[in-house]
Amino acid sequence: MDTLPPALSQWFTEKGWSLHPHQWDMLARARDPATLLIAPTGGGKTLAGFLPTLAELTATPAKGLHTLYISPLKALAADIRRNLRTPIEGANLPIRVEDRTGDTTYTQRRRQRADPPHILLTTPESLALLLSYEDAPRIFAGLQRVILDELHALAESKRGDQMTLLLARLQSLSPGLRRVGLSATVEDPPALARFLAPDTGILLADPGPPPDIQMLETDTPPPWAGGGGRYAMVAILEQVKQHRTTLIFHNTRAQAELFFRDLWLANTEDLPIGIHHGSLSREQRERVEAAMVAGQLRAIVCTGSLDLGIDWGDVDLVIQVGAPKNVKRLVQRIGRANHRYNAPSKALLLPANRFEVVECKAALDAVRDGTLDGEPRGPGPRDVLCQHILLTACSGPFDAGQLYAEVITAGPYAALTRPAFDATLDFVATGGYALRAYDRWQRLKQTGGLWHLRDPRAAAVIRQNLGTIIDIETLKVRLKNRFGGTPLGEVEESFAATLTPGDTFLIGGQVVRYEGLREMTVEVTNQPGRDPKVAVFNGTKFATSTLLTQRILDIFQQERWSDLPAHTAQWLSLQREVSRLPDAETLLCESFPHDGREHLVVYGFAGRNAQQTLGLLLTKAMEEAGLAPLGFVATDYATLIWGIDAVEDAAPLFDLHALQDGLETWLAGNAVMKRTFRASAIIAGLIERSHQGRRKSGRQATFSSDILYDTLRKYDPDHLLLQITREEAMRGLIDFSRIEDLLARVSGRIETRRLPRLSPLSAPLFLEPGRIPVQGAGRERLAEDAARRLMEAAGLA
Amino acid sequence: MSLALSLATESLIARPSGALFWPERQLLCVSDLHLGKSERLARRAGALLPPYETRETLLRLEAEIEATGARSVICLGDSFDDAASLDGLDEADRLWLTRLIAGRDWIWIAGNHDAGPLEIAGSHRAEVLLGGLVFRHIAEPGAQGEVSGHYHPKARLAGKVWRCFLADRARLILPAFGTYTGGLWCHDPALTGLLQPGALAILCGGAVARAIPMPRRA
Repeated sequence: MDTLPPALSQWFTEKGWSLHPHQWDMLARARDPATLLIAPTGGGKTLAGFLPTLAELTATPAKGLHTLYISPLKALAADIRRNLRTPIEGANLPIRVEDRTGDTTYTQRRRQRADPPHILLTTPESLALLLSYEDAPRIFAGLQRVILDELHALAESKRGDQMTLLLARLQSLSPGLRRVGLSATVEDPPALARFLAPDTGILLADPGPPPDIQMLETDTPPPWAGGGGRYAMVAILEQVKQHRTTLIFHNTRAQAELFFRDLWLANTEDLPIGIHHGSLSREQRERVEAAMVAGQLRAIVCTGSLDLGIDWGDVDLVIQVGAPKNVKRLVQRIGRANHRYNAPSKALLLPANRFEVVECKAALDAVRDGTLDGEPRGPGPRDVLCQHILLTACSGPFDAGQLYAEVITAGPYAALTRPAFDATLDFVATGGYALRAYDRWQRLKQTGGLWHLRDPRAAAVIRQNLGTIIDIETLKVRLKNRFGGTPLGEVEESFAATLTPGDTFLIGGQVVRYEGLREMTVEVTNQPGRDPKVAVFNGTKFATSTLLTQRILDIFQQERWSDLPAHTAQWLSLQREVSRLPDAETLLCESFPHDGREHLVVYGFAGRNAQQTLGLLLTKAMEEAGLAPLGFVATDYATLIWGIDAVEDAAPLFDLHALQDGLETWLAGNAVMKRTFRASAIIAGLIERSHQGRRKSGRQATFSSDILYDTLRKYDPDHLLLQITREEAMRGLIDFSRIEDLLARVSGRIETRRLPRLSPLSAPLFLEPGRIPVQGAGRERLAEDAARRLMEAAGLA
Repeated sequence: MSLALSLATESLIARPSGALFWPERQLLCVSDLHLGKSERLARRAGALLPPYETRETLLRLEAEIEATGARSVICLGDSFDDAASLDGLDEADRLWLTRLIAGRDWIWIAGNHDAGPLEIAGSHRAEVLLGGLVFRHIAEPGAQGEVSGHYHPKARLAGKVWRCFLADRARLILPAFGTYTGGLWCHDPALTGLLQPGALAILCGGAVARAIPMPRRA
C-alpha cells in the first residue's frame, strides 16, 4: 500500500530511491500504539521511523509539536536534523525540524518552548529538563509520536530507566501518543519491546548478508601483554591504503591516543588520518566530523564515541583493535562498514596481546554461530525514581496516587509496590531519616493533598542536577601561551593530580609537557619527540560478556591450538609448562613476587563483578590473617591482589561461611559500595554534582560522599539510599551467587602454585585499569615507610 | 599514637584524632567543629544530608576528652556552622554538649562562621593568651606561638587523603575536627604563603599521627 504523500513519493522517484520493505511496514503500522523496529546499521532505520511523521504532517498540516525524536547522543540529533532536511526541503514539505541539546543556545531554547517545531530532536537529559518546566503540559499537549533511536544502547543504562519514566509522563500529557523504538540487532527483542511499552509490536528487518570478518594476522606476533595493537602499525596502514575509508576502533581513549601517535609516525605517505574520542575538545571533534563527512579522511582512530549510528559516509572497513569484549557491540561496530543495505560489512579484528588472540577467536566463533550476549536488566532503580519525583515537583504540584499510577506504566517500574513508592517519596520530601527528619526544612510539602516544592527557588538547583550520567571529574587541558591557549581536551582530575611539572603525556595525538595547574585548567606546552608518560585518562571500560568468557575457557581445554596463530599456541603451552591453564573443575591460584610486591592471582572465570567481590572478600580475609594486602584489580577471568606478604596457600582464604559472614561486615566499608553510593546519592539528589565554576572557589563546598555513607551506615542502616546502594550492588557489583557457584563447582579443589615470577597468563592483569586500594594495615605500613623516607630526605629524621 | 611537638617552648601533643593536647595545662584544643552543618544546609533549601554529624562529632570529642582527661577545652572557632545552628541543634545533642562543658574550663573562640555571641555555657573570646601561646581562629601574618584553625588543611600520602596539622617554628594550624568538613590542600598558596620553609604536615585520621615535610606543590 502506498501511504506516502504524493510530494514525497514524487521526490523519491526523481531521486531514483525506493523504500525498503521494513520502511513500508512502518508506514503501514503508523497508527499502532507502540512499534519496535530492529534493523541492521545502514538499513534506513531512522527514515523508517520518520516516514509516518512526514506523511501525517504533509497530509494534515498542524501547528505545534508532532514528533519527538530522542537519541542517546547530542551529535546524533544534529546529524539527523541535517539528514531530514534533504527530503523535507527536496519535496518542499511544510515541516519545521529543530534540535535541542545541551549545546542549544538559551534564546533558541526559550523560543522552542514558546513556539515548538513540528519535529524536535533531543536527548533524554534535555527532555527531562523540558518536562521540569511549568509549561510542559502546554508544550506536549498535542504530541503524536515519539521516536527512540538506538534503543538497544539506551536500554542498557539508567538513562533508559529514566527515559521510560519520561515516556510515562509524556503519555499522561498526551494520551494518544504513539511510541516507536529503533534498535540494532539484540539478543532478546521481546524484552526490549516490553521496555518500550506494554504492548509493543516487533518489526524485524532483513538482517542482510553475514559480515566478512577475520582476524588480522601480522608478521610480527602481538606482544605478551599490553594494549593498543601498535605492533601491527604497518599491516594496518597497508589496509588503510587498500580501502577508501577505515574506522579503527579502540576500547579506551588512552589506547586510541597512543595508537594514533604511532600511526602518524609510521604514516610516511601522509595519508589523511584523524582521531575522535570523548576526551577531545568539542572544536577538535567537530573538525574531524566535518572532514569525515566531506570524505577528506582515509581513516579515523576512534572509541565508543563513534559507536552509535551517526552517518560517517563511505566507510568500507572497520578495524577493531583489542578484543571486542562483547559480541553484540562487535556486530554493531562491524555494521558501520558498508552502508549499502544488503552488502556484507567488512571487518578485521586485531588482538592487542596474546591473551586477546584467544578472546578474538572466541568472538569470531560467536559471530559466525550467530550468538549474541546480553545480561537481563533488573527492575528500575529507585535513585532514578527519586530524581523523577523531584523533576515532577519542579513542573508543578502533583498527587501522589496519580504519580504512582503513572510510574508503574513504565516497563522497568511495573513491579514497584505502593509502599516502596511512598518510601521513595518520603526520602525526596524529608530526607527519609529514621530518627530526626527535617520536619521544618523538608524539600517537598503537601498542601491541599498535593505535593510541591517547599522553596520554589530549589527548582534551579534540581534542574542543574538532572540526568543519570555520573561524570568522572575532569580538568580541561590548554596549551600555555600569552593568548589563553588552544583547548586540547580533558583529563581526569585524579590523573592530573599525579602529574608534576615536566611530566609528559599524550592528548589529541600530541606529546605535551605538564607546566602547571591554573584555575582548574591543566596548562601544557608542546614537547614533540619526547616519550609520553602514558595517559590514563578515562575511557569506557568494557566487561567481557559471560558468553565470551565461557568460550575462552573452552578454548583453554583444547589439547592443541592449531586453529590459533603459532605464537599464541606457544604462549598457552608456556603457561601450561610453568604453571597450568585454568579449567572449570579446579580453582587455580598463582602466587609470586613482582616489582617489589607479593601478588596472588585467582583465576575464577566468574565474570568481572564476581571477581571484584572475590577481591574484596579475599583481601578482607588476608587482612585478618595479617597478610597486609594493599589492593586488587579484577577482570572477567581473574582477580589480582597485591600486598606486602606472600600467600603460600590460598585455600584457607576460601572458606565459604567465612566469606558469607564477611559479606555483611564488608558491605560496611568498601570502596566499591562507596562508589555505588556516590552515584546513587547524586542521581537521587542527596548531593549535588560539582560544577566547574563552583570548584574554583578554593574552599570546596563538596561533601565527601564516603563520610555520608559511613554516617548513614552507623546511624540509619535501613535508610532508603543504603537500600538502593545494596540493591545496585547485589544486582551488578557483588554477584555473590557466582562465587557460591564457583566454590560449589570446584568443591575444595583449590590449587595454589607458588612461582618465582609472574606467569604468562597473569601478565595482562598488570595493565588493567580500575585498581582498588585496600585501606588496612598494609596501607599504614606503606604510609609509615613513605613518611620516614620523606623525613630522611628532608634531613628531619 | 600521638606525636609530641613544641611551639614557643611549650610541649604539645598532636593526636591522631586531629585534636591538640597540652599536658602541662590539661588542655584539649579542637578546631572547626561545624556543628549543625546539615541543618543549616536544609534550612537554606540545600541538600538534606544525613542529620547525624553533630552526634558523630560530639562522640569523637567526648572520646578525646575522656582519653586525655582534659580539664580545659578550647574550641578554635567555627564551632557552629552559623549563628542559628545552636538553636537548630537537636535537644539531646544540646544536652550532651552542656554535659561535656559542665565542670570544665571551656572556651569558645569566635570564627568566621560563628562570629556572634552564642547562648551556651563557657566563655566566649576572640582570642586567648596562655603561657607562650596565642589561640585564635585565623592565623595572622608574623604571629609567634600561634595556634589556629580555619583552613581545614589536608594532604595526600601513599594514595590516601589525610586531614593534617601544619606546624613551623612560629605557628600551628589544626585540621578540622567536625564530621562534615571538606579540606584545603597544603599546597594551596593560602597555606604555603603562611608557613615557613621546613614546615611539617602531621597527618591524622589513621591510628597514628605521623609527620611529613609539608607538601608544597600538587
